[in-house]
Amino acid sequence: MSNKTGPTPEALRRHRDAQALAYRCAETVGAGLEAGVTEREVARRMRVYLRENGVEDFFHIPFAWFGERTAFRSLRGPWTPLHFFPTNKRLEEGMPYILDCSPVVDGYVSDIGYAGVLGGPGTNRVFDALMRDLAEYRTLIPQRIKAGDTLAVVYSAVDALIARQGYESRHKVYPGRVIGHQVGRMTQRRNMGRYAFGFGVRTLETLGREIVTEGIKGRSPLWAGGRASRHAPAPGLWAVEPHIGFRSVGVKFEELLVVTEDDAFWLDNDLPHVRRWQLEGAHA
Amino acid sequence: MTQDVRTLAVTVEGGRLSVRTYGDPSKPAVLLVHGYPDTQAVWDGVVSELIEDFHVVTYDTRGIGASKGPLFKHGYTLDHLADDLCTVADIVAPDRPIHLVGHDWGSIQAWEAVTRADSAQRFLSYTSISGPCLDHAAMWTRSGIRKPTPKAAARSLKQALASWYIVVFHLPVGPRVAWRLGLAKQWPRIIKAIEGTRLDPSPTLHRDGSRGVLYYRANMLPKMRRPEERPTSVPVQVLTPTGDRFVTPALAAQAPVPWTERLYVRSVNGGHWIVVKKPALIAERIREFIQSDIATPGGPEPVRSLLRAEAKQGTKDRREFEDKLVVITGAGSGIGRATALAFAEKGADIVVADIDSVAAARTVELVELLGARAHLYTVDVSSGEAMEKFANDVKDTAGVPDIVVNNAGIGMSGPFLATEVKDWEKILGVNVWGVIHGARCFGEMMRERGEGGHIVNLASAAAYTPSRTLSAYSTSKAAVLMLSECLRAEFARYGIGVSAICPGFIATNITRTTKFVGQSAEQQERTRQRITGLYRKRNFGPDKVAERIVDAVRRDKPVVPVALEARASKAVSRLSPALARRMAKIDPTG
Repeated sequence: MSNKTGPTPEALRRHRDAQALAYRCAETVGAGLEAGVTEREVARRMRVYLRENGVEDFFHIPFAWFGERTAFRSLRGPWTPLHFFPTNKRLEEGMPYILDCSPVVDGYVSDIGYAGVLGGPGTNRVFDALMRDLAEYRTLIPQRIKAGDTLAVVYSAVDALIARQGYESRHKVYPGRVIGHQVGRMTQRRNMGRYAFGFGVRTLETLGREIVTEGIKGRSPLWAGGRASRHAPAPGLWAVEPHIGFRSVGVKFEELLVVTEDDAFWLDNDLPHVRRWQLEGAHA
Repeated sequence: MTQDVRTLAVTVEGGRLSVRTYGDPSKPAVLLVHGYPDTQAVWDGVVSELIEDFHVVTYDTRGIGASKGPLFKHGYTLDHLADDLCTVADIVAPDRPIHLVGHDWGSIQAWEAVTRADSAQRFLSYTSISGPCLDHAAMWTRSGIRKPTPKAAARSLKQALASWYIVVFHLPVGPRVAWRLGLAKQWPRIIKAIEGTRLDPSPTLHRDGSRGVLYYRANMLPKMRRPEERPTSVPVQVLTPTGDRFVTPALAAQAPVPWTERLYVRSVNGGHWIVVKKPALIAERIREFIQSDIATPGGPEPVRSLLRAEAKQGTKDRREFEDKLVVITGAGSGIGRATALAFAEKGADIVVADIDSVAAARTVELVELLGARAHLYTVDVSSGEAMEKFANDVKDTAGVPDIVVNNAGIGMSGPFLATEVKDWEKILGVNVWGVIHGARCFGEMMRERGEGGHIVNLASAAAYTPSRTLSAYSTSKAAVLMLSECLRAEFARYGIGVSAICPGFIATNITRTTKFVGQSAEQQERTRQRITGLYRKRNFGPDKVAERIVDAVRRDKPVVPVALEARASKAVSRLSPALARRMAKIDPTG
């Protein structure tokens, strides 16, 4: 997974293809959503779409969250990790949703997040505002990494921006409060197609190894706000997923960030949320 | 006032009424009907407040004051009394409908008139003070008896106890003789004793008191025995004085509900004779109602407190703080912003004030995102002048607030001897003077308005937790806590609640802006980061504090320690001050 010199152009191309496929899946499934469909059904549609398009394995199983679950709020009691799994909650008109999938194509991992609302722009004011403000994070994060800040400092900068905007950090709900994690190519064939806690067993094995090998170098493949993230990111690919919420609506994007010795840039700019912002910018 | 007064005598069946009109006859007419045992002079104070804008009319009801009336009770039925009222209305404003106001028996008579079939042509609006429609009252009492829930039984019993004098008035001879034999002389003293209002007795009081007994005898029993259904389409405003010993607010507010189309019930702080005690307040309520588009087609939108007063009818469901105005200082971030959002979510309009206009504007955006209205102000709470201007601006543009949250505050930490005079001035300016100014400027408005309200002051767990590193901060917050306690005791009589909130370690901006005195800029930055990190680990968000603030207002709580550490420290400060002193010596920033 870790790549000492940074990924080759060929590897970047393969990751980009995997990511494009994942976003195509989210957009296609998102466009076909109808009122009354359940999270489970939508997760299944994503799985089927990806399988049909040559995906052999998942970094983690596809997730779908509707309504208040996009902000990781449970109507009954506190949120637990079990709540991440798709439920029988039904989608309604004007309801926000998030689709999160991570197909692995020939070992090349992608991991994406796609936020939408049933009915499109203009049907949910809170969603539209959150989505508009989410754009700032896509600018902020590579800028700070490029400036040489440690992952922990960038995490704090993201927190400060969330506070300024008056929203809440929802990525702090993810296991380990992570806003991102390192990805690469998984070459191991063993345990393919097996899943534990929603993650591919291969993922967990790779991640476990990474935590140990990177840990020796004083680094972590997981990006959070604590002591373990007080270092600049290792060169390579990072899946970054700022997730912000306001009351019972949450939005996120997740895409791959390329980090080299002296630069940081998004792997692909031809993505649904980027096109949305460009369109809004053109209208503004 | 006297220069414009005209007196005329109106002959009616069985009597002659003494009528006074004031002001410009081309202005909208307002007819004020007095109660028992008063004369039209009871309105003098209100008249002088209304005379500028209205053509004001008063009269002595039949048999009272300068008006003549029949000798026996048959001449005093409500039918006759309502006829008199309509005759006066037709004479003073023959070609257009008028606004009607009644107090006590005047209100009972006016109810009779506005529930007649042709009332909509004659009256644009009706304001009732302390006098129910007798038919409505009878129906209301009966419904309480028919479905005797404990609540209904209690409210009926309360009203029955308050109506003891009605029974007395039905005893033969006694009550009438009593008025003649000295009750009239003692009357002002009695009223002064029971509700603190200073009445100016009319020279005819002994006669009026005695004659007025006939009003009761002619109407009470027949109406109670055979109440009629008396609906009206005229918009009605009912003012219910708190501390009214004769008409309970429950009766005044609930009895008309089934019989009115548009009913507005507003509580006013004062006793039964509030028209004498607070004429300016009553005139203001009348004016707000009459001039709004409820009573005057094409008029301005009703004031917020009127909208709020619209009695729940049908299925119109209201959010908890709908039509309430909440002022929050320091609303640009942290607890202030979270509080703004919490109240907005529950329907309130928010005045967002902060010294940082960019941050405040963002809060306004978020409040509007929740579908609430917000007003933006940039103000430095430590400046008395700025706060006065701010408060007046709020009153002019949004009205008198119902809830004021004095939240703006700054942090400061370090040794006492390193704290300079300017540091002290700064922290006391924001944390103490800010609260004083907020309570002073808005408290005065709330008192004047007479509808009560609530003031929330953000103190701190530091207010009762000594610490060697927080001398300045703790001192400022202890002052806020004590100020809140004193204000609570003082403002209770105005119906204004005061709460002090003691949050604890809340993850907000305050740690990023706290001044650590005696440290270099670099050291300060490091300490700030470390403390901010600790607060973040504590993971107690401002939204939870906001919920407790809303709850403090809802339940009128005196002191609210919020987070666990705030509650624990409060317990320690009470159970073992010695332990608290020992803990005060620890320096968590060092």
